[in-house]
Amino acid sequence: MFLRLVYESFRRQKRRKVLAGVAITLGVAVATAMIAVATDIGDKINRELRSYGANLVVTPQEDTLDVEIGGVNLKPPSDGAFLNEADLPKIRGTFWAHNITGFAPMLPVTTKVNSSTHGRDVTLLGTYFSKELKLGKEDFVTGVRATNPWWKVQGGWPDDNSLEVLVGERLASSLQLQPGDQIALAGQSHRVGGILSTGGAEDDEVVAPLGVAQQILGKPGSVRRIYVSALTKPEDALARRDPKTMNPETYDRWYCSPYVESIAYQLEEAIPHSHAQQIRQVAQNEGTVLSRIQGLMLLVTLAALFASALAVSAAMATAIFERRGEVGLMKALGGGSASIAALFFTEAVFLAALGGTAGYFVGVALAHQIGQTIFNSKITIQPVLFPIILAIAVAVTFLGSAAAIRRAVLLDPVFALRGEA
Amino acid sequence: MSSLPHQPSHVASRRSGGPHTSMFLRMLVRAAVLRRGRAASALLAMVVAAAVATAMLNLYADVEAKLRKEFRSYGANVVVMGKDGTALPSDALSRVRSTLGGETIAVPFAYIVARTRDGQSVVVAGTDLGLVRQLNRWWSVTAWPSENGAALVGTRAATLVSRAGKPFDLSFQGRTIHLTTGGILQTGAAEDSRIYLNLPAFEAWTGVEPSTIEIAVNGSTQEINATIPRLARQLSAAQVRPLRQIVEAEARVLGKTRAALLAAAALIILTSALCLLATLTGWVFDRRRDFAIMKALGASERLLNGFFAAEAAALGVIGALVGFVIGIGLAAWIGRVNFHASVGPRVSVLPVVLAGSVAVALLSATLPISLLRRVEPAIILRGE
Repeated sequence: MFLRLVYESFRRQKRRKVLAGVAITLGVAVATAMIAVATDIGDKINRELRSYGANLVVTPQEDTLDVEIGGVNLKPPSDGAFLNEADLPKIRGTFWAHNITGFAPMLPVTTKVNSSTHGRDVTLLGTYFSKELKLGKEDFVTGVRATNPWWKVQGGWPDDNSLEVLVGERLASSLQLQPGDQIALAGQSHRVGGILSTGGAEDDEVVAPLGVAQQILGKPGSVRRIYVSALTKPEDALARRDPKTMNPETYDRWYCSPYVESIAYQLEEAIPHSHAQQIRQVAQNEGTVLSRIQGLMLLVTLAALFASALAVSAAMATAIFERRGEVGLMKALGGGSASIAALFFTEAVFLAALGGTAGYFVGVALAHQIGQTIFNSKITIQPVLFPIILAIAVAVTFLGSAAAIRRAVLLDPVFALRGEA
Repeated sequence: MSSLPHQPSHVASRRSGGPHTSMFLRMLVRAAVLRRGRAASALLAMVVAAAVATAMLNLYADVEAKLRKEFRSYGANVVVMGKDGTALPSDALSRVRSTLGGETIAVPFAYIVARTRDGQSVVVAGTDLGLVRQLNRWWSVTAWPSENGAALVGTRAATLVSRAGKPFDLSFQGRTIHLTTGGILQTGAAEDSRIYLNLPAFEAWTGVEPSTIEIAVNGSTQEINATIPRLARQLSAAQVRPLRQIVEAEARVLGKTRAALLAAAALIILTSALCLLATLTGWVFDRRRDFAIMKALGASERLLNGFFAAEAAALGVIGALVGFVIGIGLAAWIGRVNFHASVGPRVSVLPVVLAGSVAVALLSATLPISLLRRVEPAIILRGE
């Protein structure tokens, strides 16, 4: 009998059930989308923050002091220690390799540049543009195009295995160079692939594939420093501790958290005779910006949850209020308050389960749409969200109907049937 | 609520003599008072929707300013340099300050290469350490030097010039200066290999004037780009350029955050508007008996529409005003919790929220009325 009542209620009152179901679906969809976006926005903004450039730098351990003003190196270039280019792919073998979005080696050398009309001393910076590297079976591509997205090239980016170079825009205008021109570097002829604009010291420099710089310096396979761009977790008390003073358990936790400190530590392990440290301007500030944005989205998500909980409750209350005549009839026929309440609650839970499931999938689609339009990448949705969302939907529907059900059940059937409630 | 309240006779006589408008008002007020449970829940829905909309619009309008403040901790975004490494004119700094206003942080830097006692080269910079401290908040410094003759020594330079923090000598063009280590600086970049001095001591020793001014300009990318030609006109002997790395990344992150917040705001406002629509429609539909009685008593179509519209509009206005105040409070609270600075109330949001609330309220009154209009009053009164 009870089941038949529930079944008939759904069969005969399709319009009302659909309306309430739509309200629940909508509320749950908004809640799902907001939770999904809020939990993933940290990762998305973290990736956007990588456009500030590398947050880690690896230098040789026994390095001499840089003598550099405004990006111009005043030290004999062959001075100091070097890292080995062959060690570079090992960066992809470290524990947090998947958090490393890119790296670029740098080898500055001072050389003589001769165009058809002028000649002068310049800094030539050897680097990877987008170099294909191999570690074991894994292929990957990295270089300044990934780590320094603010570098703009008029013309074309040179191939990493070619002899083409980029010329900084101020240098190019003083030497009157265009893409496609020929220049002589250390006596050898190179084609200018493009004009580089960075807003930094590189505007006065020549940027070339690493091999060209190594050849001019006469030190094949050497690298001066490596810039590494990594997704990191904002620094906290644990991050700042010295790994040497930790007990094994804390050390494991530190080592397995993507702090900029622990990634630096792992880079030192991977590259022999190296010293890795954070670039504080980038690394320190991204934590603040990230936590502010995450906090903002979290609070906004709370507001969204509140609004959708209210929407669901209001819809349920209205739906039950409209049925007080039915309640009066059941009571007049001898239905007990408990069994009538049970009937309504069963209906509510059933509606919540249906609407919640539909809402979850609509919400997932919505989150994907938001991720695609704003961040051009997929929002990852934890599968564990589904039971949580469903539980919340059932709880909210239950609580939202409770007051209305109570009122409907307490009503005198005479008034209810006369329509005077 | 089960029976009509008893009306004292003097009220009845006053009512019969009262003008037409007072009857209209009376109907509006009595309708709300007699069904206060339903009216209150409709008003509550209205208030919540208006509050949420106000809070989201306020946040959206203010978040850019709030986040820009956080982004300024990345330091300078514009650099003024003497052409080809020459010194800037001596009034350059004051010109920059007068062009940009007093609150902008502009820091002068002068650089030389000095020799240590054992002949090693090291870069020494002269600057205003007090301003650098405000500009470059990411610098990790053990102690900021306070006395004259104390230098801020980069961590890598420290191992070269001064073992265990002992005083050291530096020479530049035959002149020697005796310095103590006032503090150790760590940044992970070129600063680690330098020694920083306050400008007066630096100039007295070397006679070299600043060649670079680093400026943290407040404002959007467009505003920064507009500042550059203004500065360049003031300083014809120098080159002014934006630090694209900082400016572009900031614009990018800000744009994405604003877009995400906008999407969230749209979703939330839409949900609460739909919730409001459902509640109000139910409320009006619920009063079909009132509608039928009025119609049966001979009320004109215009009067009926006017009555329900006035009711909805009153609800919309009251709900929007109360909701606006609550929403301002909500936005201020979010600002305080997340940004440690209050989100200022924006009066420009009020007309938007007001218009939106009244529009949704009118819409939700019109829908059931147009349905009911076609139905004979007798059918409604019979409860069918």
